[in-house]
Formats: sequence, C-alpha cells, structure tokens
Amino acid sequence: MAFTAAIQPDAATSRVTGSARWKPDIVAELAPVIRNDAVNAEYRHLVVSCSDVAAAATPGQFFQLLCPHPAGEQPFLRRPMSVYGADPANRQLEFLYKVAGAGTRGLDTLRAGDTLDIMGPLGVGFTLDPSWRRIVAIGRGAGLATLAPLALAAKRKGVHVTAILSARRPELLVSVDLFRAHGADVISVTDAEQSSGPTNVERILRQLIVEERCDAFFTCGSSRLMRVQQRLAKEFGLRGQIAMEQQMACGIGLCHCCVRDFNVNGEIVSRRVCWDGPVFDLSEALP
Amino acid sequence: MNAVTRATMVDLSVEVGGLALRNPVMPASGTFAEGLERVIDFNLLGAIVTKTITRELRAGNPLPRIVERPGGLINAIGIPSQGVPYFLEETMRHYAACDAPLVVSISAPTAEGFASLATELSIPGVAAIEANISCPNIEEDGKAYAIRADSTEKVTRELRNATKLPLWVKLTPNTGDIAEVARAAEAAGADAVVVANTILSMAIDIKTFRPCLGNVMGGLSGPAIKPIILRQVFQCAKAVKISIIGCGGVSTAEDVVEYMLAGASAVQVGTATFLQPAAMTTIVSDLGAFCLRREIPRVTDIVRGVVIEEADEPDLAWVNPRP
Ligand SMILES: Cc1cc2nc3c(=O)[nH]c(=O)nc-3n(C[C@H](O)[C@H](O)[C@H](O)COP(=O)(O)OP(=O)(O)OC[C@H]3O[C@@H](n4cnc5c(N)ncnc54)[C@H](O)[C@@H]3O)c2cc1C
Ligand SMILES: Cc1cc2nc3c(=O)[nH]c(=O)nc-3n(C[C@H](O)[C@H](O)[C@H](O)COP(=O)(O)O)c2cc1C
Ligand code: FES
Repeated sequence: MAFTAAIQPDAATSRVTGSARWKPDIVAELAPVIRNDAVNAEYRHLVVSCSDVAAAATPGQFFQLLCPHPAGEQPFLRRPMSVYGADPANRQLEFLYKVAGAGTRGLDTLRAGDTLDIMGPLGVGFTLDPSWRRIVAIGRGAGLATLAPLALAAKRKGVHVTAILSARRPELLVSVDLFRAHGADVISVTDAEQSSGPTNVERILRQLIVEERCDAFFTCGSSRLMRVQQRLAKEFGLRGQIAMEQQMACGIGLCHCCVRDFNVNGEIVSRRVCWDGPVFDLSEALP
Repeated sequence: MNAVTRATMVDLSVEVGGLALRNPVMPASGTFAEGLERVIDFNLLGAIVTKTITRELRAGNPLPRIVERPGGLINAIGIPSQGVPYFLEETMRHYAACDAPLVVSISAPTAEGFASLATELSIPGVAAIEANISCPNIEEDGKAYAIRADSTEKVTRELRNATKLPLWVKLTPNTGDIAEVARAAEAAGADAVVVANTILSMAIDIKTFRPCLGNVMGGLSGPAIKPIILRQVFQCAKAVKISIIGCGGVSTAEDVVEYMLAGASAVQVGTATFLQPAAMTTIVSDLGAFCLRREIPRVTDIVRGVVIEEADEPDLAWVNPRP
C-alpha cells in the first residue's frame, strides 16, 4: 500500500500526522528569552517562556539546550541544564548556569527577545516520600541549581528543608535567598572560610541527625560530600537521593555515552544518567 | 493522516531491499531507542532500526565515549548490548504495537556467529536483518569485514544461507574502494547495502596532551561526513543494482533529496536526532513538501536522478593525478 503524505502546498512546516492517540511528553521548542541576568561573577539566571509540556518539569529533571554559537566557537551538541524553576501557570522555565565553556558562553549571549531551542523535560527527578517530614539538601557549585526547586516542592508538601550550601567563596554562593524564601534553614559553608571540608560538613550533619532534622538526604555537585552522606545514611538507616552529572549527547537514552556505574546490592551495573536518572538512590551511587 | 483531499498528494513510499516502506526515512542503528517514543510517533517512520545487538552481554567502551567537533561528533560507544534474550523479550515486545517494519542490526566476531544470530532472529516480527559488518572480524586480526571485498563476500554469503529475511549489509566508509565492497555484498546475495557507517577519526585535548576519547579513536558522524558518504553512495550506485540506503549526516529533507539523486532509495538518520529529537518526522514532512513544490508525484522518481553533463565519469585528475 502506498503511503501518501498529505501536505498543503504552502505549508513547508506542516507535520504529517500519525496515530491520533499519540501525544509527546518531551518536546523541543523555541523558547522566547524573558531575561538572562548575571547573578555573580560566574553564574547567570535565564528565564524563558515555554509550552505547558515543558513547564510541567519537576525538580531534578533537566533540559537539553541548543546553545547559540559564541564568537569563534561552535558547540555542536546540546548542553544539559537542570530545571531551576518551572511555573506551569505562567508557562515559564528558569535555569541557573555557570559560564564554563563554549556552550555556556553561547548561552551568555542571549538577550530578552531572543529565542533558545529547549528540549525536555528530561530524566527522572527527585521524589518526596510521604513519610518524610524534614529533609537535608546539600549542594555545591552548580549542584545548588539542581536542588533549589526541591525547596519549593518540599514546602508545598509541608516538608521542612535544611539546606547546606557550599561554594569556593561566599560571594559565589547561589540560591541562598531562594532556599530561604521557600522556608528552608540555610547553612552556608565555603572553602575561603575553611568550613566546607568533609569533616566540618559531617559534624553539621551529625548535629542535624541528633536533632531529628534529617529524614533523608538530597545532594548534588560533590562526590566528597556524597561519600559523607552515604556513610551517615548507612550508620543511621537514612534514605537519600543524588542528582548526578555526566556528559550527554542525546539526553533521551539513545546513545549510551552518559553511563555511570552503580552498586546495586553488591553488583556493579551501568545506567544511563539521562534516562535512568539523573536522580538516583544515594546508597547505589559510586563516585 | 490529515484529511486533505486535493490533487496535491505525494507518494513517499519506497521499495528497499525487499521491504515496502511508507517513506524513505528511518533511524540509523545505535541512535534510536524506545525512549524516543515520548517525542515522536514511531508510526510515521519508514522503518525502525535497532541498536546493533550481539549474542552475548557487552559492556561497551571506557568513558568518555563522545567528543564534539565542529559539524559532528566522534563516538566510541562500543556496542553495549543486553544480549539476545533481552532483545526477544523486552525490545520485541516494545515494538510489537508499531506498524513500521522492524529491522534488527546484528554483529558478531565471526562469520559463523553472524549466521547463527541471523537464523535465531529470523522470527515473526522481524522484517529484515541489517548486518553491521563494520566491526572487528577476529578471524582477520580485528580488521572490519567491510574493509575488504573478500571478507564482505564471505560473511554476506553465510548470512544469506542463514536467513530468508531481507538482508541489508552495512558497509564501512573506511575502505579504499567501497564500490568493490558493495559489489561483493551484492554478489553474495545482499538485498541492500547501507552506505555507510562512521568515519574513523580522533581528537586530542591540547590541555592534557591526551586523546579526548577513552578508546583513543572513534567514529565521526553528523553533517561533517555527508559529502564523503554522498560520494560513496554515488560510487556504489554505479556499481550495484540492489538498493542503497544512504547514511551519514542526514539532518534535513534537502539532504535526503541529495542522497536520493546520488542513488539511495532510502536514508538513515543518526546524529541529527541527538540535536533535534523530531528530526526524522520533520524530514518526512519536509520531503513531501519538497516534492510538492517541485511537482514530483513519487519520491522514487528522483532516485539516481543526478544529472552529470558530458562525461560519464567526472574528471578527478586534479584529485587523483595519473602517473
Ligand atoms: C543533568 C545535568 C544537569 C546540569 N545542570 C546544571 C545547572 O543547572 N547549572 C549549571 O551551571 N550546570 C549544570 N550542568 C553542567 C552543565 O551541563 C555543563 O556545565 C555544561 O554542559 C558545560 O558546557 P560548556 O559548553 O559550557 O563547557 P565545555 O567544557 O565546552 O563542554 C564540553 C563538553 O563537556 C560537557 N560537559 C562539560 N561540563 C560538564 C558537566 N559538569 N557535566 C556534564 N557534562 C559536561 C559538555 O556538555 C560538552 O559536551 C548539568 C549537567 C548535567 C549532566
Ligand atoms: C552514538 C552512536 C552509536 C552508534 N551505534 C551504532 C551501532 O550500534 N551500530 C551501527 O551499525 N552503527 C552505529 N552508529 C553509526 C550510525 O548508525 C550511523 O552510521 C552514523 O552515525 C552516520 O550517520 P549520522 O551522520 O546520521 O549520524 C552509531 C553512531 C553513533 C553516533
Ligand atoms: S545522553 Fe544519550 S543515552 Fe544518555
């Protein structure tokens, strides 16, 4: 049987429609930029308008951004970026990114009124177990961007958050106000003040556990801090989740470039960070 | 399908290597998986092509497995495979509901291994076998089968004897004379050749002086390779009568038109899906629009349609000076 594509002569952009019941829940679309502001010397806050599907993103999920080309450079692949905020009512998405290389330098060129090709929402995000009342979120660097929306989700579920935010210098701490605005207690630790080392963080965590302020750990951005939490989780029988990073090409589980090893009941298994994660069970994560 | 009832219908259907496809666009092996179903409707594809599967479980190559370069990416994924039982249970079940024909890409280290895998997978639900003979042949010191005509002929013949399903053989561009290799595949009974796989390449990190890939070398794909593979499709089209499936850097309908003019009856789309997950379905619809604009009633009308004035053979003297 010959299949014929029905196309209007003038509609080069028209889509051939397939089965009627099929509907995508991951989209690639051109999102108008609302603003793209410097937060500090390294981080930028990007806000875009988007569709309902994209704005349905949940904490821990991410988007693959097709970054504009900065002068003299040609980033080819999309770049993964966590959802920093998603507002379904206003159909907006927020990203908080650190200018690191060609792709993020390209993002830095975006101005209000430009468009950005976004693809998502992708991956498995954080889950809040109904039995948890108080959680501890620990993040460092860009990992804070991943954890920040968790504070709002927790607040909506009546879960209290203590956030331990780590950075090289106090002026590079991001999201402090955001965590506070969502009712979190914020403890900041920095390399400059020599408070961010694993020993001090462990001391703080032990205190929180003793005070019964930690039903579960949520973390992103530092394997040193991850190891501390894994040790304490084991000692005190606590659960935890970790958002992991890995270089990505497709972001939807096709290419197998983003795999990491996990320890599942003593057996080493490889999983795709983009599709099986990026959020994984803390106890199974390997540095 | 849109209820458009005007005399502006374009027939996109093609016959490729023993299969009737509703359109000439399908995924390239290794760049497609079930997850894409959350972005595009698989029933709009000409066919479905699986990631290459091997009999045994395979872990794949060390990280990093991918590095980008302008216009393309170099991958050394290394065929991680969950083995045949997983394929039969999970993958087959997943595609059962889809009405696009399922093409299963296979690989094995020996010709005998290829043949027995093809026999085992010649089951209802599998529409064709694509033999990825760009992988190391342990009988020949790890050189890919498709580097040489004689090893291509041998493995294709064993495969031909092992299955009655349409047999597609995927060639490697990393060979001296791809037309000769295509002729060998045809002589041994292949129904189609897929031209081609990735181009062997390398990238070095000048900060660390180390190779960018864990595997040191990898395969280049994406728009950067299209002119090279297009030339190989053209060369193969002059050498064989069986169908040719173009594969390399297709990201727009214009690329498909170019491949078809060079001699391909269908194309596979790989890297483009990483950048635009709906690339394949967009290409199908844009291809229809192209034909409509050019008043081409059937897309097959353009296959092998490249017009070369005067000389039959373009003069390459300035590229390959004769002694
Ligand atoms: C799921 C996920 C969520 C992320 N969320 C954020 C976020 O919210 N904010 C933020 O600032 N950063 C985030 N990152 C890191 C961000 O993706 C990288 O900083 C970014 O890709 C760097 O690209 P570049 O072109 O600027 O750097 P380059 O160094 O030029 O990039 C070269 C290659 O390396 C890859 N790469 C570089 N750094 C990383 C990294 N840290 N992780 C993974 N791949 C990398 C790039 O994707 C690219 O393929 C996230 C990473 C992942 C995997
Ligand atoms: C990440 C990745 C994985 C691939 N895996 C396979 C594979 O398993 N089997 C195979 O025959 N080709 C594999 N290929 C090659 C593609 O099928 C295709 O031949 C190549 O990418 C060229 O097409 P493109 O430029 O459209 O990507 C792979 C390519 C990429 C980028
Ligand atoms: S990025 Fe392709 S599988 Fe994860």
